[in-house]
Amino acid sequence: MQKQRYERPVIKKLETNMPNKFGTKTEYTPKTHIDGVAVKELVKEYGSPLFVISEKTIRKTYREAKKAFSTRYPKVQFGWSYKTNYLSAVCNVFHQEGSWAEVVSGFEYQKALLNGVDGKKIIFNGPDKTVDDLEMAIENDSLIHIDHLDELYTIIELAGKMNKKPKVAIRVNMDTGIYPMWDRFGFNYENGQAWDALNKIVRSEKLELVGLHTHIGTFMLSANAYSVAAYKMADLALGIQKKYNHEIKYIDMGGGFSSKNTLKGAYLPGSDTNPTFDDFAEAITSALINSDFKPDQLPLLILETGRALIDDAGFLIGSVISNKRLADGKRTTILDIGVNLLFTSFWYDHKISPAQPFTQYTEDTVLYGPLCMNIDVIRENANLPLLNKGEQVVVHSVGAYNMTQWMQFITLRPNIVMIDEKGKHHLIREKESMESINHFEKVPEHLKKFEL
Amino acid sequence: MTKIKSNVAVSESGFVFNPITGESYSVNPVAAEIFNMLKENKSFDEIEKELLEKYQVDAETLEKDFNDFISMLKQYQIIDENNEKEV
Amino acid sequence: MKKKYNIAVSGLNAIDSPGPGVAVIRALREAASFDVRIIGLAYESLEPGIYMHDLVDKTYHVPYPTTGIENLFKRLEHISSIEKIDMIIPNFDAELYSFIKLEKRLKEIGMHTFLPTMKQFEERHKHNLPEFGKKYDLHVPRSEPIYTVNDLYRLPEGIEYPLVVKGKYYDASIVYNSEQAKSAFNKISAKWGLPIIIQEFVHGTEYNVTGLGDGKGNTISAVPMRKQYITDKGKAWGGISIADKKMLELTDKFISQTKWRGGFELELMKDKKNDFYILEINPRIPAWVYLAVGVGQNIPEALVNLAMGEKVEPYKTYDIGKMFIRYAYDMIVDIKEFEQISTYGEL
Repeated sequence: MQKQRYERPVIKKLETNMPNKFGTKTEYTPKTHIDGVAVKELVKEYGSPLFVISEKTIRKTYREAKKAFSTRYPKVQFGWSYKTNYLSAVCNVFHQEGSWAEVVSGFEYQKALLNGVDGKKIIFNGPDKTVDDLEMAIENDSLIHIDHLDELYTIIELAGKMNKKPKVAIRVNMDTGIYPMWDRFGFNYENGQAWDALNKIVRSEKLELVGLHTHIGTFMLSANAYSVAAYKMADLALGIQKKYNHEIKYIDMGGGFSSKNTLKGAYLPGSDTNPTFDDFAEAITSALINSDFKPDQLPLLILETGRALIDDAGFLIGSVISNKRLADGKRTTILDIGVNLLFTSFWYDHKISPAQPFTQYTEDTVLYGPLCMNIDVIRENANLPLLNKGEQVVVHSVGAYNMTQWMQFITLRPNIVMIDEKGKHHLIREKESMESINHFEKVPEHLKKFEL
Repeated sequence: MTKIKSNVAVSESGFVFNPITGESYSVNPVAAEIFNMLKENKSFDEIEKELLEKYQVDAETLEKDFNDFISMLKQYQIIDENNEKEV
Repeated sequence: MKKKYNIAVSGLNAIDSPGPGVAVIRALREAASFDVRIIGLAYESLEPGIYMHDLVDKTYHVPYPTTGIENLFKRLEHISSIEKIDMIIPNFDAELYSFIKLEKRLKEIGMHTFLPTMKQFEERHKHNLPEFGKKYDLHVPRSEPIYTVNDLYRLPEGIEYPLVVKGKYYDASIVYNSEQAKSAFNKISAKWGLPIIIQEFVHGTEYNVTGLGDGKGNTISAVPMRKQYITDKGKAWGGISIADKKMLELTDKFISQTKWRGGFELELMKDKKNDFYILEINPRIPAWVYLAVGVGQNIPEALVNLAMGEKVEPYKTYDIGKMFIRYAYDMIVDIKEFEQISTYGEL
């Protein structure tokens, strides 16, 4: 006779509460397969923990976003935000779909070049562009989005030296009625900084002003702020046209669209409440279309959204190391995934599903990571089915930032696989090894020997 | 030997009412089985044997979980601690 | 023969800070135009309505809104496969967002609702109240969302101490100086997050109106009430229907301007000059709705008929000077019933 799946015995006091405003959350369905591939099989082949990326989900999400914008606006271009996830395999899926590259450092810039992106289709953002970086970008005719005046002067100087006309835009920050207002990047709209920079660019005659760029915030929960921003961008572009008879080729609205994750402290799950691509697209495109642009002179609309395009395509598989009780009787579960891999658990209540079937019995559990550090908590309180040692969990929507902001801390970083559209899995980043980490280190001769 | 208070019983639905404290609990099927075997005064060894035969679990895990369960029963005053001392 | 509807109702927590469910069910049972079978929807096992078998025919547990719309929909689909639910009347503030989102999908499986639109629901939020007032030309107290304690030192024009510090969803305290304001800011923001709303404190007397809009701008029902006895939780334990033309005009204006659909409650403040301010708009039927029924306007009945596409004549009159006096009542319940609802999720 086949033995039954074991579940540890639990006794739960029946809470006789009245409905409170914060009920406990239960994630109901097991996640046994990702894109048709069994979690168990993946763990057997690649180990645990393991990041899994669904190519199918990336393409589906990208096409959804593209459709939301291009059905409302004639000229739309996406630029893949490298910092969100710069695994080459991931970037290339976006490039195959037609995305340009949006980078914020010399490192990311070179990564884009190595991936085969034409320099003309690289958008170079960020406050830290070295002289070498800028030379490279000017040489390749990339789109340089100027963050501050020092950078503007450097570019004017380089233009003279290199005898080339760099293609530039300025980053504009503005009050869109949201808090906090991101005024540390770029030039302010309301106080005239933006106009000041634009005047300097046009009058220098050494630069080609091709666009305007803004990026109003991160994980935006209201689409309306984008409408305010788009209106102000249109106002600037039209102002330049009027003053200098110069046509702005594109308006880059940046990113910051929220994904479906749930922020800590939010009452309802993000998948229910966060705006959709259609909401963002409607806000941005209607503001541009309703502005004073002539219909045939609407500028190209560039979008650099990262998180909303990749979050859902990423999964993190982890295994149960132990179930434990705290001194006060609280149930805890230790997993082999911690904040070293799941950076985003600092601000999301990630959805976590067991990877095997379970009964309806649940316990309120604290989920700890494997690090010997008190901060290593994945979920402060999750109402989870009963997990046995060695069983797996799947953390959902981890595609954004975790695979770039992760830390090599205490443990090594694990394998990353991508499941292609046919259900075949490919290792796209090998797990780190002792050699790969030690490779960077040098021990001075006098420290090589010791006795204990 | 651990003994469950005579007037505490587990119902078919996994509902446990402790008439002394007035508290109600719910237990999952494995817990209900252990509960009933304890009521029948079965020893840990007997309980372990039956469960190992029925479920996909190793002896170490089972023992650890069993002890944890017993400590919860004690905390909820479902196990008669006086009785335990006498034996 | 009268029609018979299976109607699901939530908010069965008839406790000291009561949900409206039990009052709504009483109203439905007294409806002249149809018969009902009542399906209770409960979040917790001790909601008193679960055990009121003369009012509620069968109760099912439903998952908290926090577990997501999908889970709620699946559960409702399951319940409806057994009970064939014709109509749902959700009564909790916290569940309205989910039900409004689910409106179309529920209709597809035969369950009608009669709720405000998402736009109406969002616009009337506390932190949107000033814009709401401007847009619809309704008198609201000055208020402003703030994000840091420092903002308390730069009070916007027209707001001075004493003022009201309010949380995004719940909680409010009246403060008399910046020290108290700071402490209220910290306490409320820790619980409900940002922004905090600071609102002009209007001296005066509080009044309430409950009513029903048909979604086309017509007032189907409106009953004004003055609270006579207020519990320490701020809930009315007794109140009286009053004749105030100004309040009725204000209600008509609110409904016609917003084209409000569904039941609602307006919390009003009448200042020394006899002007009314709208303090809050609750987008659902209030717990004291049975007073409206008692004075001749069966709001839940009309709401069901509107949802079912029946022609509904607006109520024009109501009895003035009728009171409601709430009371508590101890039921005797066997533990078997508690076991049923808490282990099987049905009773």
